[in-house]
Amino acid sequence: MSMRLFVSRDAGAVAVGADEVALALEQAAAKRGVTIEIVRTGSRGMYWLEPLVEVATPQGRIAFGPVTEADVPSLLDALASNTPHLLRLGATDEIPWLKRQTRLTFARCGVIDPRSLDDYRAHGGYKGFERALSLGPDAILSEVTASGLRGRGGAGFPTGIKWKTVAQAKADRKFIVCNADEGDSGTFADRMIMEGDPFLVIEGMTIAGITVGATKGYIYIRSEYPHAVEAMNAAIVAAQRAGYLGDKIGGSTYSFDLEVRVGAGAYVCGEETSLLESLEGRRGIVRAKPPLPAHHGLFGKPTVINNVLSFAAVPFVLAEGAKTYADFGMGRSRGTMPIQLAGNIRHGGLFETAFGVTLGELVDDIGGGTLTGRPVRAVQVGGPLGAYFPRALFDTPFDYEAFAARDGLIGHGGIVVFDDSVDMRRQARFAMEFCAIESCGKCTPCRIGSTRGVETIEKIINGERVSENLALVEDLCNTMKFGSLCALGGFTPYPVLSALKHFREDFAPAPTTLQAAE
Amino acid sequence: MTAVFEPCYAPWNETRGAEIIAEHASQEGATLVILHALQEAFGYVPEAAIPMVAQALNLSRAEVHGVFTFYHDFRHKPAGRHVLKLCRAEACQAAGGDALAARAEAKLGVSLGNTTPDDRVTLEPIYCLGLCATAPSAMLDGRLIGRLDQKRLDALVAEAQR
Repeated sequence: MSMRLFVSRDAGAVAVGADEVALALEQAAAKRGVTIEIVRTGSRGMYWLEPLVEVATPQGRIAFGPVTEADVPSLLDALASNTPHLLRLGATDEIPWLKRQTRLTFARCGVIDPRSLDDYRAHGGYKGFERALSLGPDAILSEVTASGLRGRGGAGFPTGIKWKTVAQAKADRKFIVCNADEGDSGTFADRMIMEGDPFLVIEGMTIAGITVGATKGYIYIRSEYPHAVEAMNAAIVAAQRAGYLGDKIGGSTYSFDLEVRVGAGAYVCGEETSLLESLEGRRGIVRAKPPLPAHHGLFGKPTVINNVLSFAAVPFVLAEGAKTYADFGMGRSRGTMPIQLAGNIRHGGLFETAFGVTLGELVDDIGGGTLTGRPVRAVQVGGPLGAYFPRALFDTPFDYEAFAARDGLIGHGGIVVFDDSVDMRRQARFAMEFCAIESCGKCTPCRIGSTRGVETIEKIINGERVSENLALVEDLCNTMKFGSLCALGGFTPYPVLSALKHFREDFAPAPTTLQAAE
Repeated sequence: MTAVFEPCYAPWNETRGAEIIAEHASQEGATLVILHALQEAFGYVPEAAIPMVAQALNLSRAEVHGVFTFYHDFRHKPAGRHVLKLCRAEACQAAGGDALAARAEAKLGVSLGNTTPDDRVTLEPIYCLGLCATAPSAMLDGRLIGRLDQKRLDALVAEAQR
């Protein structure tokens, strides 16, 4: 009897031994004369259970995890004799952590074989594309606008408006650019979807191309994601072979093709204008806006530049209708957000849910608190440019406006949890250090301000004239916030000021500290 | 997958360099593509290649040099035989990454961003591998490692020193 098993090929699963487990399963099965087929999927996003092994049964998939090479023989025994196993988690779809989610964008991630276009189509893939073809550009625009989809990269700009601007622009060439330079620590949703469901990104970008009249798209992926680069390249070749990319796609009159470009380790290239410069082969120096990329983007042509998750949300909107998508969420934040739980957390991973869930639910309830078992003291939401929130703000709902009202941002949806051993002075200093390392150097507040920030926080840590230096840091943060050209310099004050505001006790001068004699 | 993967690079060769440049020069905005390809072949971007790239793309040497020096990835000289990258971003800091970085520095006798005197190991910081739910994480010559702890780090360092 042949057995069908599923093991993730996601980088996060591979990093904790998924390849070794898959190999051990194959070898052990061969030794026993059992025929097995191992499908390498993306990850379900439950990283504390990786490597996760699933087995197909007539009642659906049954999950086991976290599996090590040493567990393989006993696992095969249990499967052969249908007896209980210590790592058995039951039906995958019934695991509460997964069942509580609303997976619209990540519906297929961890389920299908990301290398198989047939598998993608068998699970509803290209349904959105087909409806888009039947609707035509104007009606697609109405759908995307009505869905309330906002840019998932962090800024939250309405996707429909951005697309409309490009659609209305007159030019001989237009471009679709996918920002896959996911540099924020604590975020990995782009990586997961590119590795686990790459055709979804291709479908979303293709729909954008049809809508605005662009025939060429680029996916700019950071070099730190070699697995994602490989997965996207393989998917592009498969889509080209099947006629979903190239001339007259899907038998229509439209043409659209895609190319992957790889970054080179510059965080600032996640900023859209810097990314465009980099794509053009130049230093990733931020451009002043206006002109907007929608008017004057890649190679000076009208360009739609969106985050991976924005494009990945589009096929659902088209396939199921704008209203179905917009029915999820709260206020002006419509639909779902793939939230990433990371850092010192017991149940870390990807949790896609409608906007409106509170920070406390995410960290304590869904995330299960810290992995170390110590109390949660601070969480940083939205990457290195996001604010640190204390427990007192755990009632904040996950929503663009609610976070902004509390001097924070949801950014790309990453939440990094710290326990009570965290020294917030060091975190504040790191925010400035990171900005200094990654600044493109074009504007002074960011380039010089971050270096002065590191020096001044260093003085505070050393107990030198603490109150004067704290005032200086706050003043400097204001200069950076209002004087910087882009979000790197402009948002670095968020982690710094939030650390000062909510964790002031860490910055108080030690009572016995003496001034160092020079 | 326990076999040690050792990157293998060719020594700088002008003819081969010119071929690589010619292969990619017709793409739009090819500078980064070419620099990546050169580094993949030779392990670094040789100084001598800069004017060749400039000529092929009709750019000034200064422009190409400017691109080359802007990005953290491009190397001026070959790295050690093995490259061990430790993630130093917030999610890994929250999970004990600071202590592990200090331990790696002490074991190898070099600080982050440097190569051991015997040219065996280059130790580098990296800002996020996207493995933030299995932090702390590292990369040894392209192989990813999550849930790093003292024991796993020591094994990685020993492997890199072989």
